[in-house]
Amino acid sequence: MIELLAQTGLNAVYAASYIALVAVGLVLIFGVMGVINFAHGELFMAGAYTVVALYASRDVPFILAVAAGLVFVGGLGLFMERTMFRPLRDNPLGGLVASIGFLMILQAAAAMGFGVRKEHIPPVTQQVIEFSEKVRLPMARLYVIVAAIVILLALWYFLKRTRFGWALRASAQDPEAAELQGISINQTARIAMFIGAAMAGIAGALTAPLVSVNPHMGHSVIVTAFIVIIVGGVGSLEGAVLASIAYALVHTFVTTFWDGVIADIVGLSLMLLVLIVRPTGLFGSADRA
Amino acid sequence: MLRLAAWPLLALVLVALPHGLSFSQQEILVFLTINVLVVASYRLLTLTGEWSLGHVVIMGVGAYASALYSKKFGVWVPASMLLGAVTAALIAVLLSFPLFRMKGFYFLIGSFASGEIIRLLWKRFRDPFGGPKGLKLIEGMPDFSIGIWDFQFFEPVSYYYFAGTVVAICLWILWRIERSPVGLTFHAVHWQDRLAEACGVNLRAWRTLAFTVASGFAGLGGALLAHYIGTINPNSFDIEKMVFVLTWAIVGGTGTFYGPILGCVVLTVFNEIVLREMGFEQMRPLIYGAILIGSILFLPNGLESLVQKLVGRRRRVPGPAEIVGESAVK
Repeated sequence: MIELLAQTGLNAVYAASYIALVAVGLVLIFGVMGVINFAHGELFMAGAYTVVALYASRDVPFILAVAAGLVFVGGLGLFMERTMFRPLRDNPLGGLVASIGFLMILQAAAAMGFGVRKEHIPPVTQQVIEFSEKVRLPMARLYVIVAAIVILLALWYFLKRTRFGWALRASAQDPEAAELQGISINQTARIAMFIGAAMAGIAGALTAPLVSVNPHMGHSVIVTAFIVIIVGGVGSLEGAVLASIAYALVHTFVTTFWDGVIADIVGLSLMLLVLIVRPTGLFGSADRA
Repeated sequence: MLRLAAWPLLALVLVALPHGLSFSQQEILVFLTINVLVVASYRLLTLTGEWSLGHVVIMGVGAYASALYSKKFGVWVPASMLLGAVTAALIAVLLSFPLFRMKGFYFLIGSFASGEIIRLLWKRFRDPFGGPKGLKLIEGMPDFSIGIWDFQFFEPVSYYYFAGTVVAICLWILWRIERSPVGLTFHAVHWQDRLAEACGVNLRAWRTLAFTVASGFAGLGGALLAHYIGTINPNSFDIEKMVFVLTWAIVGGTGTFYGPILGCVVLTVFNEIVLREMGFEQMRPLIYGAILIGSILFLPNGLESLVQKLVGRRRRVPGPAEIVGESAVK
């Protein structure tokens, strides 16, 4: 029983790591631009397909494929910012609807380029760390966990300790005041969108060999990310990380002891409960709602 | 004089329409008729300013309920359709308790979440919902004859006449609701919520009313669909269908009663004639997405704004309801 708990705990840590990458990117975009990016799950998918195109089909080393995914999806983010979110800045619902349109475009493009079947991606490494007979952590999952921690720490450093991060947080708090101080809103929006999209892309690229890659994989990712950002408080980065861990624990344990669909229902019900009882989320403040 | 002749003329065209079409086009016509009801009921909800992402799932509630009533309890199909609509409205009342504690973006996400929960429940519980494969062999409408026309519901033309009549009645009711004091209150709830509240309007009660009525009509649309195609499953009512409804409403524009219907008809005709005939089957979601983005960027008030420009010059004096509606929009 202890072993089962330990194994489930390890699975939860792995799930939390990539959920946190996706959710923090989504929160960053919302915080700076005030737009909910519905296509965020499809950015995750685009990252995974970059790995399919380079690593699985053309034998590019995995680490280079992941880097390419980061750049490509970050570029997609810049494209979205310039063509959709900037013209629609005064229209938050408009930005959301446009991102739904972009979601459909990305999905159809993936289906046309790669087909709707699930992709086969050769594993990066077969190594497994064995804590005991029943508690095992595949190296591939450990890489994801380590990468997530490194990226989140780097983001934290960037936001709290650099001038760009300072500007970013300023324009998230009060765009007009930030502009009066000489901060370019367009510039901070570009940076936020690039980082947010790239984080989804790198999460997709890193987990591509471990999940089933298909054009519709973004759906469950975006649902999970929504639950996490609502529970954590929309606009709170720390909240998103903590909520990712909490959600991953609940979801993994319910999946292990009941089944996956019940776990999804529990997750969504938790989110509704938080929306009813404390709409600003467990860690959020009411600033930007 | 022209205005008096317009309605019978439109009715005549709609009656004659299916006879010039192929079998598959007649089937599409049936779906289009049902979709018009769904998108028109969606507009009733948007009148109060709330955008839901659960409308298609509510339509599914009507479909599942109606199918189950006729399957398990042997309810006469037309009665079970009405019961399905009532069930959808009741579920909407239940959902309104959590959902209308939220507004705007939170309502959008909340409606999305509750819709997903309902869909997952259908998927999880094989009894009575049939699990991922859904319900099959749903009883069709019983055939009957009215002298000049034998209604045989396995063929689309008969079902088109039946569904068309039902939808026309529903549209008339929705139109009357919108033009009544109730409809004006919905406008007030959206555009002047503080003022309305100060005048003693219970905002939450009116939002709930709009949500319930809209859901009832959407449920009826779902029931019409279920008894026509005979098989439904959780994926018939997924977020992709919701995106289509959203696209119709936004491309058409939600400022007028006819806007969303216009969007639905134009996009369906475009979809079926241009894309299907030209063989762009796989690219359809891509083109839909591009249309959605393009219209929100370049035509933010929808197709209806084009119509208004075209007929704007020789417009009659607007009635009081329109003045309230329009000045509020500006």
